[in-house]
Amino acid sequence: MKKKIISALLVASMCAGTFAGCGSKEATETPAANEATDDAAATDDAAATDDAAATDDAAAGDVAAAPSAADDEGKVINIYSWNEEFRTRVEAVYPEVVETSEDGTVTTLKDGCEIHWIINPNQDGVYQQKLDEALLNQADAAADDKIDLFLSETDYVNKYTDADADVAIPLKDLGIDPDVDLADQYSFTKTTASDANGVQRGSTWQCCPGLLVYRRDIAKDVWGTDDPEVIGAKVESWDAMKASAEELKAKGYFALASYADTFRLYGNSISESWVKPGETTINVDPQIMAWVNNSKEWLDAGYFDKNVKGQWNDDWNKSMGSASKVFAFLLPAWGIDFVLNPNWDGEVGSWAVTNPPQSYNWGGSYVHGCTGTDNPGHVRDIILAVTADKDNLLKISKDYSDFTNTRDGMIMASTDDTFASEFLGGQNPFTYFAPVAEGIKIAPLSAYDQGCVELIQNAFSDYFQGLVDMDTAKKNFETAIKERYPEITEVKWPE
Amino acid sequence: MRKKRKGISYSKWGYFFILPFFVCYFIFSLIPLVDTIRYSFYEYYRSGVKIIGPNFVGLKNYVSLFQSDLFKYTANTLILWIIGFVPQIVIALLLAVWFTDIRMKIHGKQAFKVIMYLPNLIMASAFAMLFFTLFSSSGPINSILMSTGIIKEKIDFMNSVFGTRALIGLMNFLMWFGNTAIMLMAAIMGISPDIFEASEIDGCTKIKRFFHITLPLIRPILAYTLITAIIGGLQMFDVPQILTNGQGTPDRTSFTLIMFLNSHLRSKNYGMAGSLSVYLFVISGILCYFVYRMSNDNDPDGSKAEAKRLAKEEKKRRRKA
Repeated sequence: MKKKIISALLVASMCAGTFAGCGSKEATETPAANEATDDAAATDDAAATDDAAATDDAAAGDVAAAPSAADDEGKVINIYSWNEEFRTRVEAVYPEVVETSEDGTVTTLKDGCEIHWIINPNQDGVYQQKLDEALLNQADAAADDKIDLFLSETDYVNKYTDADADVAIPLKDLGIDPDVDLADQYSFTKTTASDANGVQRGSTWQCCPGLLVYRRDIAKDVWGTDDPEVIGAKVESWDAMKASAEELKAKGYFALASYADTFRLYGNSISESWVKPGETTINVDPQIMAWVNNSKEWLDAGYFDKNVKGQWNDDWNKSMGSASKVFAFLLPAWGIDFVLNPNWDGEVGSWAVTNPPQSYNWGGSYVHGCTGTDNPGHVRDIILAVTADKDNLLKISKDYSDFTNTRDGMIMASTDDTFASEFLGGQNPFTYFAPVAEGIKIAPLSAYDQGCVELIQNAFSDYFQGLVDMDTAKKNFETAIKERYPEITEVKWPE
Repeated sequence: MRKKRKGISYSKWGYFFILPFFVCYFIFSLIPLVDTIRYSFYEYYRSGVKIIGPNFVGLKNYVSLFQSDLFKYTANTLILWIIGFVPQIVIALLLAVWFTDIRMKIHGKQAFKVIMYLPNLIMASAFAMLFFTLFSSSGPINSILMSTGIIKEKIDFMNSVFGTRALIGLMNFLMWFGNTAIMLMAAIMGISPDIFEASEIDGCTKIKRFFHITLPLIRPILAYTLITAIIGGLQMFDVPQILTNGQGTPDRTSFTLIMFLNSHLRSKNYGMAGSLSVYLFVISGILCYFVYRMSNDNDPDGSKAEAKRLAKEEKKRRRKA
């Protein structure tokens, strides 16, 4: 009898153990890992209120004087981003910031609120996946778990500013009047951040006009001068650049690294969006086909380094080194700072910038207030501080050599020698950036841009290298794009 | 008066003890499995941040699946699998026979086993990254070949169909031959040494011994290896995905079925992904059935076919008689 009881107990305890395991697993799987975050949020809350109390005691006046922190707002501001860039900008210019924890995940504000940084890498669409999941759970999330601010890039900003999706709050609803508060911004950045009805749903601190960045030593070797004016004349149009490429080739240099380098220039000047609103047909713009034909011609002529296939790979990075034979790159401000600079292993000051053959914009991070936020006051203040204040923006420009979204400021910077860059040998890049920024006409966007831009480059890569013919490359693009976006029914090519 | 006991049955405890597995299987495997099949009949995906569906669409997903390049990807997958599997099984068998041969007296068997198994410990994606760097056009392999004067021009390995497929096959071979070899060694060591000794006394050559004793006797394990390899092969993903950056370049010739599945999951297209999964399920089922039938013969001379033939002959003879 005893044995039976013991064994029954054993079985019961084992089953209980197993089910307990199952239970917790299930819990973490279904309601989007809320249990864990809830716990974290709870502790954070406690900490936050403690802090608040402390500051209240110490300097009650300060808190009361703080312009934003409405008392009925939540204490946690969740910001979704893909890197540390936005955090450094906020730390640099948002006056409420006290300090950031060492691991960079929590920033404390003067009124005791905390900014929680939720960083997911952009690679392979991880950032968007995580953000989309969180946005779908936004309505059910606890107040302190709700997304308050999130960032998006030009390639997919349209997905989030979509009026039907309504995930980004119109700036007007936040108390920001784009016509007044953001009057100094470049107008194309405002268009980009607006939905189909023209309602602006995001704002950016940066503006990304691109330039031609070239090696001074190669310019001297080929033309005997590295003067940006002279070189600028040699690359002012595609035809001029082709002639210069021939001269470079004669000396054993490549004009550019790869066919992908020129894509943004063509891709930015398409006259109609890839997919018109409400349609399911992709219209390939004649400009894209011009890119295809010119790239093929240039690659066959030897103006590109044929070992470099596309961008963001090892070969591309190496082609920015001192051993490379590549004369120039087409990059915006962030490209010079984040891409070219780390890959350059020669002397500082070996590069210079000049005008590109065609005005273009590449990239740009947009800040959106997220629908359902419990901190609208903070959201408004952060957006205004980081994207609308001229002094703040100039500070960012100076400290991070970013081309910022203030027309007056940038025109000022273009003649101010304190903005000169050491990496560019003392040249002031803003002199060249500012006019390009004026000339940018942003291409009409669609929610499918990212996939189109990425997949058309991939599909035609085979064609450029002579592995497939034009028709196969077109077919491969059609296959790939329909796989990525199930709603796409047809791809129309220009005649 | 005490009742007579009928005897104690412990079998119910057995059921209790295996219950946790079945509960977990039911919740975490069976329900998702059934759900996958259910969703394959629905239109269910995401467009931007909007969810479309689920709307019941019948067999539409299957129709568009078969209209797509499905068969091309199936062929790609099989070709990539065969390129890797054939050398893998040959080398593994050879190594297994050598390492279990008592007369060869190989020293440091354990060390060799560990070394052979090592590539399998590296994550497939890390392995693919490594090969990508090694064989890139400005990578070390090209530099070595150039500096030793074997080649004059850089070889662009990953720019040709043959090069890419061969690299994927090579990686799969390197990763899995050790695993297979160790499994086959265990199988061979399970054969009674008496049989080998007897054959040797009868003057059997090594080759004959391999084909007539070793091979028939390890057949069950060989079947297991084949089945797991086929299923693994159908699920080939990480190596080609990383090596070709998810594009199956050049011209989608190294685009596998699971990469196809993965590209549907970019848009959370549960409908199409579900129907593709069902297709894969059916294909692996059919393949496994054939392998099982092929290798599950344990009749006198080693094959069912032979037994059938004998039986037929026997019948004929009787009829004549």
